Amino acid sequence: MKNAVGREIPDFLLTNGKEVYQGKNYMDGKYIQKASPRTRRYEKPQESKLVETLADALRACGAKSGMTFSFHHHLRDGDFVVNMVMKAAIEELGLDNLTIAASSLGSAHDPIADYIEQGKVVGIQTSGIRGRMGEVVSAGKLPTPAIIRSHGGRPRAIEGGEVHIDIAFIAAPTSDCVGNCRGIGGKSDCGSMGYAMTDAEYADHVVIVTDCLVDFPNMPASVEAINVDAVVVVDSIGNPKKIASAAARISQNPRDLMMAENVAKVIASTPYFKDGFSFQTGVGGPSLAANLFLEQYMDERNIKMGWAIGGICGPMVELLKKGKVGKVIDVQDFDLDAVRSINQTPNHFEMSASQYANPANKGAFVNKLDFVVLAALEIDTGFNVNVLTGSDGVLRGAPGGHPDTAAGSKVCIIVTPLVRGRMATVCEHVVTVTTPGDCVDVLVTDYGIAVNPLRPDLVECLDNAGIPHVSIEELKEKAYSIVGRPDDLQWEDKVIAVLEARDGTILDVVRKIRPYQLDG
Amino acid sequence: MEIKKPAAAGTLESSDAQVMIEPGDGKIELSLQSSVMNQYGRQIRATILETLERLDVTSAKLTVVDKGALDCTLKARVECAVFRSCDASEANIPWGGAVR
Amino acid sequence: MIPRPRPERFRLRRTMMFMNAQKPGLIKDAYIYGCDSIMLDLEDAVAENQKDAARFSLYHALKTVDYGDTEVIVRINGLDTPHWQEDIRVCVAGGADGIRIAKCESAQDVKTVEAAVEAAEREFGVEVGRTLLMAALESPKGILNAYEICAASERMFGVAISGGDFRKCMQTTPQRDGVDMLVARGQMLIAARAAGIQCFDTVFTNLDDTEGFEAEVLQNKAMGFDGKSLINPKQIRFVHQVFAPTEKEITQAEKILTAYREQSAAGVGVFTVDGKMIDIAFIPGAERTLKLARACGMWEGDLV
Repeated sequence: MKNAVGREIPDFLLTNGKEVYQGKNYMDGKYIQKASPRTRRYEKPQESKLVETLADALRACGAKSGMTFSFHHHLRDGDFVVNMVMKAAIEELGLDNLTIAASSLGSAHDPIADYIEQGKVVGIQTSGIRGRMGEVVSAGKLPTPAIIRSHGGRPRAIEGGEVHIDIAFIAAPTSDCVGNCRGIGGKSDCGSMGYAMTDAEYADHVVIVTDCLVDFPNMPASVEAINVDAVVVVDSIGNPKKIASAAARISQNPRDLMMAENVAKVIASTPYFKDGFSFQTGVGGPSLAANLFLEQYMDERNIKMGWAIGGICGPMVELLKKGKVGKVIDVQDFDLDAVRSINQTPNHFEMSASQYANPANKGAFVNKLDFVVLAALEIDTGFNVNVLTGSDGVLRGAPGGHPDTAAGSKVCIIVTPLVRGRMATVCEHVVTVTTPGDCVDVLVTDYGIAVNPLRPDLVECLDNAGIPHVSIEELKEKAYSIVGRPDDLQWEDKVIAVLEARDGTILDVVRKIRPYQLDG
Repeated sequence: MEIKKPAAAGTLESSDAQVMIEPGDGKIELSLQSSVMNQYGRQIRATILETLERLDVTSAKLTVVDKGALDCTLKARVECAVFRSCDASEANIPWGGAVR
Repeated sequence: MIPRPRPERFRLRRTMMFMNAQKPGLIKDAYIYGCDSIMLDLEDAVAENQKDAARFSLYHALKTVDYGDTEVIVRINGLDTPHWQEDIRVCVAGGADGIRIAKCESAQDVKTVEAAVEAAEREFGVEVGRTLLMAALESPKGILNAYEICAASERMFGVAISGGDFRKCMQTTPQRDGVDMLVARGQMLIAARAAGIQCFDTVFTNLDDTEGFEAEVLQNKAMGFDGKSLINPKQIRFVHQVFAPTEKEITQAEKILTAYREQSAAGVGVFTVDGKMIDIAFIPGAERTLKLARACGMWEGDLV
């Protein structure tokens, strides 16, 4: 069945009430029944929940084959915990038929690819997938398709019972002996622990994995002991160098800067750019650089940013310290400046993924957002964005909060170079739709700006400000005139991943890529 | 042109291509790797073969490692490798003739 | 293949940005940053053993890339190298708008290049006289011969000083106040104006020293330069800002040209605007101001 972004969704996926994507806000006003976990009572006072090893923790939580384990990705590419836990479960306890439900997975998790190939791991639910795991999943090695969700879609699915977590493993930079944990104060600090919070509340069992045990009570706790079954102390939960980069620097690449300047120009041309406006930006080159130029416009007009959300890094903390932004509310930290600031700098707060972006709760921050600036691997003439599959059709990306912020914000700006090497970023049809075009408002490229025809109000803003813009078709033609028109990718029928829209409908599927034949 | 000795041109930087050419045995043997194979493999091969044809190269072994080069760069690298293999790359290039 | 219009000898050239002709990723779209001219470099940026490869890249870039209104100049290797003749052949065959003669020291150097260019134009069926020339003065001798160089050919549109080599010859280094090159810049400007061609300042290479760069650009403008050579797109904006005319200059130029049209139609040669006596000598300046204003996005109209 074809959905609202023109993608054919196979019928076998449309069971148990699953629907195809029907457009932004289709689920608004509907009711959901929240799921509740089956959890153990700890009535008798306990001295400590410490157990010796991960295997002990698994046993204590009744781990068995066929279960779903959840993980968060605050340790990013430095994470050791997913691999450690899966190794203990598979190699020590001999479990199989396991499903991993993670907020994201990256190249740190290459070893899991072996467990997929061995048939020990049979399900993957995640926002991001890269490296070897992306390759084996793309090669169709999972018996069921991987499920890709946005950062807001994940807590929605957990709260609504679509994902039932048997055991949540929560990597914690610090924890006390009963499981109050924080993202700071240890040797592998990650700052915010926003993606782990829903897991802790909805999992049947919760295991804290830490490398820094601190005195009770570890306060204020990001994940609270009231939800925790066991605490395991390991040598190291991750490689600090890969958890938070030294400092996210603003790009000096002239192309990035030129695009960033145009992003700021577009923002400043809209009526939403007024004192107290709200803002989120990605950490990619041109997106982050937009901060710099935006600050100039703020100074010029003597206005301040009310609040900023998202993954946070140094430049935003800098603005907070300078008093140019009122509050920063933080679901994840990307560099040490942000890690050191959260809950320390006044008005720098932590929030959960649900509070950040869940479309099924009653007050996600993204819904109050004025502007979001995002990147794209590809964007097509319907303004649909792909941030998941590479030009070769292989999984190597992450929707993350992209679809959530795009849908919630008043102005969603995509900033990307028109071509990358020989790849046309602006194209006829994206390989996979990860953010639907009805949520995307403006495209800024190094060759020009295009406004979504769904937003005539923004067209007027740009015209009034004398900002030149063209149709997105024109940009696509320009891209093809530079790189040539690409051949279509060749697919097999087998679906290897299902792309859920943030509201739980099906936005797209990724099929198995057919090996390329030069003489075919 | 007759390929007289092994020669190379280009780099492995993004947007470039490295072309290595050596004398062949009566036909064109092309080994092609590309970072954009799935979408441009055929166009890249066609560009390389057309360029060789214009230069009247009929016998050569070619190894091309493409890092997303545009057609104009592919042509430039193939031509340069061919002229270098004949020690003829420094002067009197037939601009607009066989090189176009 | 992208046909380029016949190059204009006198046009707006506030910014000329250098680009290594050997780097495919750079030359494919250097024009998007909005500089007036790009300078594809076959000389210093290209290693000695890659001069041949750079020419192939350059040829196909010139033939393939749509540079639009951006002028495309090529810096060729010096006349003391084995490369310059083939450099000229590829520039002419590819249809470059102009050639920058490196290390130019005499009118004879210009004439030598001009002869080779003309031969190439005939060889490749290009209109004779199409390819423009400019000279880079890099030595004391070049500065002393500035006037004869500027006046050496009808193809010459401008002259530029090349600071790096010149300062070495003079045993000095960049100074905050520009005193190291003050005389050379002045002499070159006088020569260029006397010969009726444009004059461009050298590159500012320390990208981290924004203050120093801005001071130099302001001095360039005050001395009367037409533009500046650049090494990075981020330098473009400030130069364009500094070289933009003021509102007052634009209004004045509009008045002069409007009055001139009316008066000359009526056969009057000398007239007054706002109480100031105006004759034909004011017209080129007023036209230049409005062209500049249009390029800076400050003026629209049909007076020029």
